[in-house]
Amino acid sequence: MPIVDDALIGRIFREESGRSVATLIRIFGDIDLAEDAVQEAFALALRKWHADGLPPNPGGWITTTARNRAIDHLRRESRGRDLLAQVAEVADEPTGEGAPPVQDDRLRLIFTCCHPALSSEAQIALTLRLLGGLTTADVARAFLVAEPTMAKRLVRAKHKIKAAHIPYRVPSEAELPERLRPVLAVLYLTYNAGTHGSSGNDLRREAIRLARAIGGLMPDEAEVAGLLALLLLTESRWPARYSPDGALIVLHDQDRSTWDRGLIEEGHAIVRACLRRNQPGPYQIQAAINAVHADADSFAATDWSQILVLYDQLLQFTPTPVVALNRAIALAEVRGPQTALDTIDDLDLEEYHLFHAARANLLRRLGRHDDASQAYARAASLATSEAERTFLIDRLETARVAG
Amino acid sequence: MPRYLLSTHSVAGATREPMTDEQMQKAWAPIQALEAEMKSAGAWVFSARLHDPDTATVVRVSGDEVVTTDGPFVEAKEHLAGFYIIDAADLDEALGWASKVTRLISSPIEVWPFVDTAGG
Repeated sequence: MPIVDDALIGRIFREESGRSVATLIRIFGDIDLAEDAVQEAFALALRKWHADGLPPNPGGWITTTARNRAIDHLRRESRGRDLLAQVAEVADEPTGEGAPPVQDDRLRLIFTCCHPALSSEAQIALTLRLLGGLTTADVARAFLVAEPTMAKRLVRAKHKIKAAHIPYRVPSEAELPERLRPVLAVLYLTYNAGTHGSSGNDLRREAIRLARAIGGLMPDEAEVAGLLALLLLTESRWPARYSPDGALIVLHDQDRSTWDRGLIEEGHAIVRACLRRNQPGPYQIQAAINAVHADADSFAATDWSQILVLYDQLLQFTPTPVVALNRAIALAEVRGPQTALDTIDDLDLEEYHLFHAARANLLRRLGRHDDASQAYARAASLATSEAERTFLIDRLETARVAG
Repeated sequence: MPRYLLSTHSVAGATREPMTDEQMQKAWAPIQALEAEMKSAGAWVFSARLHDPDTATVVRVSGDEVVTTDGPFVEAKEHLAGFYIIDAADLDEALGWASKVTRLISSPIEVWPFVDTAGG
């Protein structure tokens, strides 16, 4: 039997609370009641499991305990008793050990959290709070806002869900394409938020876990699978991304033997299944690009023409300057730095540090060290993380010495 | 059942060319058809189109007196031009009606939930 410590209970909380909260929201139709009851159930679990060990099905125990807590709360309020009468039938269904999993609850909840009537900031905050079991403080830290600001944002979003009667259900087939888009964007942004900041590991893990869960619940949606593959393949390179002293290591210089082969294999299998399905979309194409990188033993051995073809496809789906910039980086490997430089000069990305970093790299390769220095300096001044800034200043100094 | 206000707005100074009676008839037919659809679905509660903002009057209390002035109250570029009050199962259903209206009038529409007596 595993040792029951706070860390283990914390992990179970992350994994199970979303399911419990979602189930309680379905039963009681009240987000605050569901959140509070699940919190209380975990507080009880902390005391009880230390003494008695883990129950056979911790998630089921939490849901049952939280449901009973919620019923206790409702019994104490007069308004609650009316609500209780309405939900009595549903509340009697088994949710404890051995009950069939009602996985759709989490799926319903993510569509509520990511409803287009809510702002994108509110969507991502609600998803992490309700489905990811992150505390308000965690969510605030991940998005670099003060905790009271995040708390207010969550309260306002939950109020809107209740007041405007934002539904708690999976959208119909006809609505699905429009409604799935913000869900996938929220997961993608969650992962990205996890590539910097102190709660990074949790956010990346959470994004992958939710993408996996949604993929399991909607196996026919190719873009959900594409997003999962994209996250897995990106994550596979995580161990190589920073040196032991925290310095950023770019793809060119990464030690590929440290890439996570398990994640790569899983990602590859999904990409292959997507290709067979032949319903391409932007997440699937980005996953395919990452699959090509994962295939290569070195930067030089990368099949850059294949990557260029994929970027051409991606540009058709998402004709944005950032995609055009990434395409140009592949173009430089196929047709040389000058061709790439010519294609990015007109891009409207003046405030984007990676635009200047890419330009600087191309200029450096063309031997234009003074121009490269200027571009590195501009990139460093716009960089969004300390590791990136350090990396760019290091490059800047190298270019100055060469120039 | 939740109740919603769907409100449409006119932009000050953006008055369109006056329409002929025939054009008016043509523009109104699909709007009337949509209202009929709302009624047969049990969604329609009330709807109205309002006169221009310079026909509005403001009544307010100033000290002990009630003062009447030329309106509207809000000095804004956009003013309420018309509205529907509908019943819908949830926001998605209300948004469905709003999409149909906005397609016909080709201007944006706001969807406001009513405060219900149960405190929602």
